[in-house]
Amino acid sequence: MSTNRNPLRGALTTSITATLLAFSLPAMATPDPSDWQSVVAEAEGQTVYWNAWGGDTRTNRYIDWVAGQMQAQYGVDVEHVKLDDTGSAVARVLGEKQAGNDNDGSIDVIWINGENFAAMRESDLLFGPFAESLPNFALTNATENPEVVTDFTLPTEGYESPWGKAQITFYYDSAQTEIPPQDMPALLNWAEANPGQFSYPRIPDFTGSTFLKQALIELTEQDEALYQPVSKGDFEAVTAPLWAYLDALHPHLWRSGRTFPDSGPNLSTLMSDGELSLGFSFYPTDAAVAVMEYELPESVRSYVLKGGTLGNVHFVAIPYNSPHKAGAMVLADFLLSPQAQAQKQSLAMWGDRSVLDIEQLNSDDQALFQQGDRHPSELPADALSNTLPEPHPSWMTALQEAWLERYGVN
Amino acid sequence: MLRLAPAMIIALLVLPVGAGLMMVILPAFGYLPALGGHGISLTPWHMLFAQPGLGRSVAVSFASGLVSTAIALMMVVLFLAASRGTWLDRGIRRLVSPLLAVPHAAVAFGFAFLIAPSGLVARLVSPSLTGWERPPDALIVNDPWGVSLMAGLVLKEVPFLLLMSLAALPQLAPEKCLMLARSLGYAPTVAWLKTVLPSLYPLIRLPVYAVIAYATSVVDMAMILGPTLPPTLSVSILSWFNDPDISRRFMASAAAVLQLGVTLAALLSWWLLEQLTRLLARNWLTNGSRQQGEIMLRRVGRSALLMSSTTALAALVGLGLFSVAGFWRFPELLPQMLTLDHWQRSGPMLVTPLLNTALIGLISTTLATALVLATLENEHRQHLQPKRALWLLYLPLLVPQIAFLFGLIVAAESLSIRPQLSLVIAGHLLFVLPYVYLSLAEAYRRLDPRWLQVARSLGVSRHAAFWRVRLPLLLAPLLTAFAVGLAISIGQYLPTQLLGAGRVTTVTTEAVALAAGSNRRLIGVWALMQAVLPLIGFMLALAIPRLLSAQRREFAT
Repeated sequence: MSTNRNPLRGALTTSITATLLAFSLPAMATPDPSDWQSVVAEAEGQTVYWNAWGGDTRTNRYIDWVAGQMQAQYGVDVEHVKLDDTGSAVARVLGEKQAGNDNDGSIDVIWINGENFAAMRESDLLFGPFAESLPNFALTNATENPEVVTDFTLPTEGYESPWGKAQITFYYDSAQTEIPPQDMPALLNWAEANPGQFSYPRIPDFTGSTFLKQALIELTEQDEALYQPVSKGDFEAVTAPLWAYLDALHPHLWRSGRTFPDSGPNLSTLMSDGELSLGFSFYPTDAAVAVMEYELPESVRSYVLKGGTLGNVHFVAIPYNSPHKAGAMVLADFLLSPQAQAQKQSLAMWGDRSVLDIEQLNSDDQALFQQGDRHPSELPADALSNTLPEPHPSWMTALQEAWLERYGVN
Repeated sequence: MLRLAPAMIIALLVLPVGAGLMMVILPAFGYLPALGGHGISLTPWHMLFAQPGLGRSVAVSFASGLVSTAIALMMVVLFLAASRGTWLDRGIRRLVSPLLAVPHAAVAFGFAFLIAPSGLVARLVSPSLTGWERPPDALIVNDPWGVSLMAGLVLKEVPFLLLMSLAALPQLAPEKCLMLARSLGYAPTVAWLKTVLPSLYPLIRLPVYAVIAYATSVVDMAMILGPTLPPTLSVSILSWFNDPDISRRFMASAAAVLQLGVTLAALLSWWLLEQLTRLLARNWLTNGSRQQGEIMLRRVGRSALLMSSTTALAALVGLGLFSVAGFWRFPELLPQMLTLDHWQRSGPMLVTPLLNTALIGLISTTLATALVLATLENEHRQHLQPKRALWLLYLPLLVPQIAFLFGLIVAAESLSIRPQLSLVIAGHLLFVLPYVYLSLAEAYRRLDPRWLQVARSLGVSRHAAFWRVRLPLLLAPLLTAFAVGLAISIGQYLPTQLLGAGRVTTVTTEAVALAAGSNRRLIGVWALMQAVLPLIGFMLALAIPRLLSAQRREFAT
């Protein structure tokens, strides 16, 4: 046992320890994804708060499954914080940054894409780059599939990790409607003939906002403008056909357009009540899953519009002030594993399409994605090749604001 | 220690509300360095007034507070006047606590299931009476003027006002007044209205004000039943606070101040209405008319409250039905098949929220009850009249939640207090405490002092007399107050959501989160859980004193 007689030596030891601590603390706070073993080791025992939209029961069910797997495989506790709007998570991180809370944030992982990702990048609220260092990222074959590194025209630069693929898919009850509308003008005619039987979710809901973009792409002549940041001068001219279209459409919508459904899943509830005859969803398998769960009749069929429909990839990102970045990265990596991706794609779980390049996987992993016969209410596999790319994220916010200005007071 | 209790209680309630309000008023005028606002400006207000539909939002918030309270109060008063001593009276009295216990969100969901065009009522009469093979395309739930919101509010306000009136009535000795009036030839209902009501109203005035404040600023019920384009002011505020665009925070703060103004304006209008009623009623009270309107008043008095109670019960039945429904198309009245799938699927997800709900409810209610008991015991020992300052107890009920909770979070954040379970419990305490006080104070003060005098004369210390005489004698009201506190805690949406950063989930936050997905079957499961929990509390509150007294009787024999 050595007693510390020399005060100077004591002070020196203290200062060295302090310096070491000062160096080691940030190292602990920002684990290095290229040293994956240490990331996994550090993750064990962490609690990861995953903020994800909680409006869909299938998504919630899948996240619950993921939480169970993460606990079993990595000893990471995943807590789903159910959001009604992803924007509120962005607002929270921003609020924390402004209040000087730089390393003890309340959010570890956000399910995100589009304008929310753009907003977080712009305010420097995200941790990264990490995505491309995740061991499973290679399975996406990003060079061949650039959509997994592009989010609403913006390059992700490793600040978010791909998770799933969505594409607007329409569904209708074939027992009531023989030929559903195949494009926007036909939709208007159909709505006139079948008043009150179609609607879209109330803006700013993301499924509703996507419907606006879908209509805009079809109706405007100036498609190129949509893939650039929105400019004030352009906006009026580019969107004029959209507003004319909506003005004509709204009187024929459900409740005469005086109120709108709350969210995407609400459309299928209304269809199950017999209020709507035509609906759409971001998930191509939604109608099939709803049929399997007795929510929709078996005569329901899915299809995409003739000119194609908007599709995008959704991601997970890690806020810069997350206290559990190691756990968050392990979660992001697990979400990319063939096991997790295959579960997500299965109709019994969620039915969200995989971001992996399945043909490049080894045969065992490929087998995970063989899920038996196609459900009759599901979309034919070839229909999904007809994907329209998402416009620049600034269009989303601009369209939402303009919509609320026009139709926000009925 | 005891002497500190009243001061502590007031500090505990006033400081958070005050700090919260301060942190909302400052950013409303552009000042909040943490968010990059360093100067005083009116920009937030300019932004706010440029919002489309603001006028309508304000109008609906203001009107739903006044209209729903007026209707609920009228229903309660007429019921008390018209059905004293009838079977209806006894039945409703038994029903009132359970109905009070059911959280707002659960009632709102159930009510929406009833009145929606594809809801139970439409199914009951279709297609037989209406010929509807498909639900009519009618805007009922979420109507632009908030009529369904007001109706939903009435359903919840009636049991509260009724319970408050029933608690206050005994001290007025209404039987004496009534006997006298009846002997002078007044018909029973008219007699009650002319002799009992004028002295009852001052006693329930504060609860009435609390109801107005609540109804003008309610969030969860307005999200479910209220208008959407535009929503009520409180719902708009919530979405502005949650906007990723930080400049909207300042506008949201201005809107929160506006909400405070709207609530105060509604309270002021009510006060003016009170004065007007007093003027107009003066003549009627003394005009000597003994029978006029008796039959009409009696009919309305009995049927209106019966209807609202039946509706609330039917709403709960609807929730139960949806929670076990398989495929269920319009216009079938009952599901094609019943299934426990939804319960089984929710089972594992129910565990954490249930534990949180119970933990938060038990801790906050225990703390609240202890503080209220200490205050009341202190008042008793010091022979104090109830302090005027105790008005401040009701501050958290009179200041709209949405107006100070966001500020409270900013205040907490700047003190490095992170959102967490203990913060949620502290937040719940703000709302639980006043209700526990409201339900316990009267019984406490009315307890015959001679019991304690006898105990003291037998040489029992003050302390022991409190524990061994007073508490056992007050067991029934104490447990009821506890159950009320629990029910209030279970029903809290906004404080739980905000102070826990969404990380602390309770059955209420989960049920409201599910509302967005609008899977009625799952909402049925969660809302029913939400309704059942406080009911268990009330049942225990009823059963425990009976069990104990039966035991005591056994000892005695």
